[in-house]
Amino acid sequence: MSDTSETAVATRVGVDGALRGQLKRLRQGDKGLLPILLGLIVLVIYFDIRNSVFLSSGNLTNLFVQATIFILLAMAEIWLLLLGEIDLSVGFVSALGATTAVILLDNQFHWPWFAALPLAILVTTAIGTMQGFIIIKLRLPSFIVTLAGLLGWEGVLIFFVDRQGTGGTIPVQEKVLYNLVNGNLSPIWTWIFVLACLAVLIYLIVRRDQSRRSSGLDSVPQFITIAKAAMLLIAGVVLVLVFNQNRGTFTVLQGMPYAIPVDIAMLAAGSFILTRTRAGRYIYAIGGNAEAARRAGVNVNRYRLLAFMFTGFTAGVAGLIYASRLGGISDNVDSNLVLLAVASAVIGGTSLFGGRGKMIHAVIGGLVIATIYNGMALINMSAATQYIATALVLLVAVAMDAVARRGSTPSR
Amino acid sequence: MTTTPESTSPLTPPNGVSVSGDSGVASSTLLSLRGITKSFGAVEALKHVDLDIPAGQVTALIGDNGAGKSTLIKAIAGIYAPTSGDIYWEGRKVTLHTPRDAENLGIATVYQDLALCDNLDIVQNMYLGHEESRHLTLDEIKMELNTKRVLSELSVSTVQSVRQLVGSLSGGQRQAIAVARAVMHESKLVIMDEPTAALGVSQTAQVLDLIKRLASRGIAVLVISHNLVDVFEVADRIAVMYLGNLVSSGPAANYDTSSAVEIITTGGSRSDVTASAK
Repeated sequence: MSDTSETAVATRVGVDGALRGQLKRLRQGDKGLLPILLGLIVLVIYFDIRNSVFLSSGNLTNLFVQATIFILLAMAEIWLLLLGEIDLSVGFVSALGATTAVILLDNQFHWPWFAALPLAILVTTAIGTMQGFIIIKLRLPSFIVTLAGLLGWEGVLIFFVDRQGTGGTIPVQEKVLYNLVNGNLSPIWTWIFVLACLAVLIYLIVRRDQSRRSSGLDSVPQFITIAKAAMLLIAGVVLVLVFNQNRGTFTVLQGMPYAIPVDIAMLAAGSFILTRTRAGRYIYAIGGNAEAARRAGVNVNRYRLLAFMFTGFTAGVAGLIYASRLGGISDNVDSNLVLLAVASAVIGGTSLFGGRGKMIHAVIGGLVIATIYNGMALINMSAATQYIATALVLLVAVAMDAVARRGSTPSR
Repeated sequence: MTTTPESTSPLTPPNGVSVSGDSGVASSTLLSLRGITKSFGAVEALKHVDLDIPAGQVTALIGDNGAGKSTLIKAIAGIYAPTSGDIYWEGRKVTLHTPRDAENLGIATVYQDLALCDNLDIVQNMYLGHEESRHLTLDEIKMELNTKRVLSELSVSTVQSVRQLVGSLSGGQRQAIAVARAVMHESKLVIMDEPTAALGVSQTAQVLDLIKRLASRGIAVLVISHNLVDVFEVADRIAVMYLGNLVSSGPAANYDTSSAVEIITTGGSRSDVTASAK
């Protein structure tokens, strides 16, 4: 028997094998990133044909910045979606964090940025943890508790913003927070940053494939490792070229907005925790079968609470980006934010039913949503059409998720 | 491991020494239950149960629904603390307050619903709660190599890849993974609740084979089953429960299907069986 399986492994090398592996993962419910990336490319081509401004450096940079808020909020949501939970309050919680920062930084308090920004994140982390604590201790559905949060935190937000007596908006006057979205790395630093990220990523991929090969475990053939690295390299260089083109009209404006490294840092940290640590493994396990995790000796409630904490933390970072992009915080925060965050995560491939998802899904999904909004605005489609188009994409993504989920358990 | 020095020859438990009576080859008693009673309010689910479980043998626990089989294994697995009675592990008296206590002694339980995570792969399930790590990160290579080793030692060869999601496995394969997980953590006693209940014919044969291999590795196996065909196929010893009492126990050779059915249904034990069992 073991002989047959070994020869089977031996024949499963080459492109053919890689393709079959992809097919098998598809049937197991892991869609992979391919379908949604293809969808994104189709969208991009369509919008560029309709309006050639779409692929201009200025618009692409703008698109990435637009996507940032969806990406970060989707990352916040993914921590909980993996557990089979949801946080409906994440939009207002992040705005509340931003309000904290903006108020502390302004003329009245004059806090330095290195105190105000961490405190803002601390506030959202505390809120996330508190909601998680209530949900876990009282065994309430997260949907309801965070629905209360959705209403309650908006109230708190309005209270604090209006109390400033600045007409329902507090502008960002402090430079560091303002530059988070509106400032750029210099072209040289853009190169250095992107190349350094690529070097680390490629090193990690090559090392993993290498050590699997040297331990005698099945692994992808070497040329696939090289192809992966080459594709990453090309994507990185294209990205740098886009950011480094002068997109100013009257002055020189070039380089990568600081918001992008923030995204990348959150992506790297989140992916690391989820795939390389016990905490991440247990979050998946709890989302898949909480009872099995409990019997295996996992302190289920501790890791659930940890996920709520991570959600709060990520929401705090998202809030800072949000305030920076709008140049201030108002008492009229878009209540669709949270829905678009969940939509981004699900469009990217994270399951609503728990146990399946990755941080990179937030990036892909956020880019898809930003592309739809950005592109439709460019070709002068009405807001009505934008909503309907987003809804259709979301519906397709959820349907694929549900079908894949059914396909993943053939034995029962 | 909280107890037990490595030396063999356990202290003799209260009133029983050799368990494989006829052959005279003394296989050491791993676990002894003496006078185990468990009450839920006024209901006595277990009444003074005495049972010896020898290492390297398969003990089948049979009985009708409500006879107390599940309560008994839950007492051994540390889920229910007995109301009274003593548990001896390798001759030493132990108390099992939590499943973790039992696990630390080397008692692993494979539940009927298997307790696997469908969304994790085989390696991840095998190591769930016991992950190996290096430099603060998970050591996937080590875990994967060990998983492959354990599966091949148990001759579980039907899985294509240990990186396959458990959700994509058949019932028999899932059972095999659940058992392999129990074995991997150095368990000395593996308790299995209805291991073949949901399986087809060939998968049942695979799991029964696996149970025999466990025993041949010196592991004690306690199997609950309703299926007497399976029981006689695999068991070295049989223990029969009836209304909370352990009414009969002894080498499997002393029973046949009709005598077993009679004891299960009436609690009455035929004289020849009790004679050789005592």
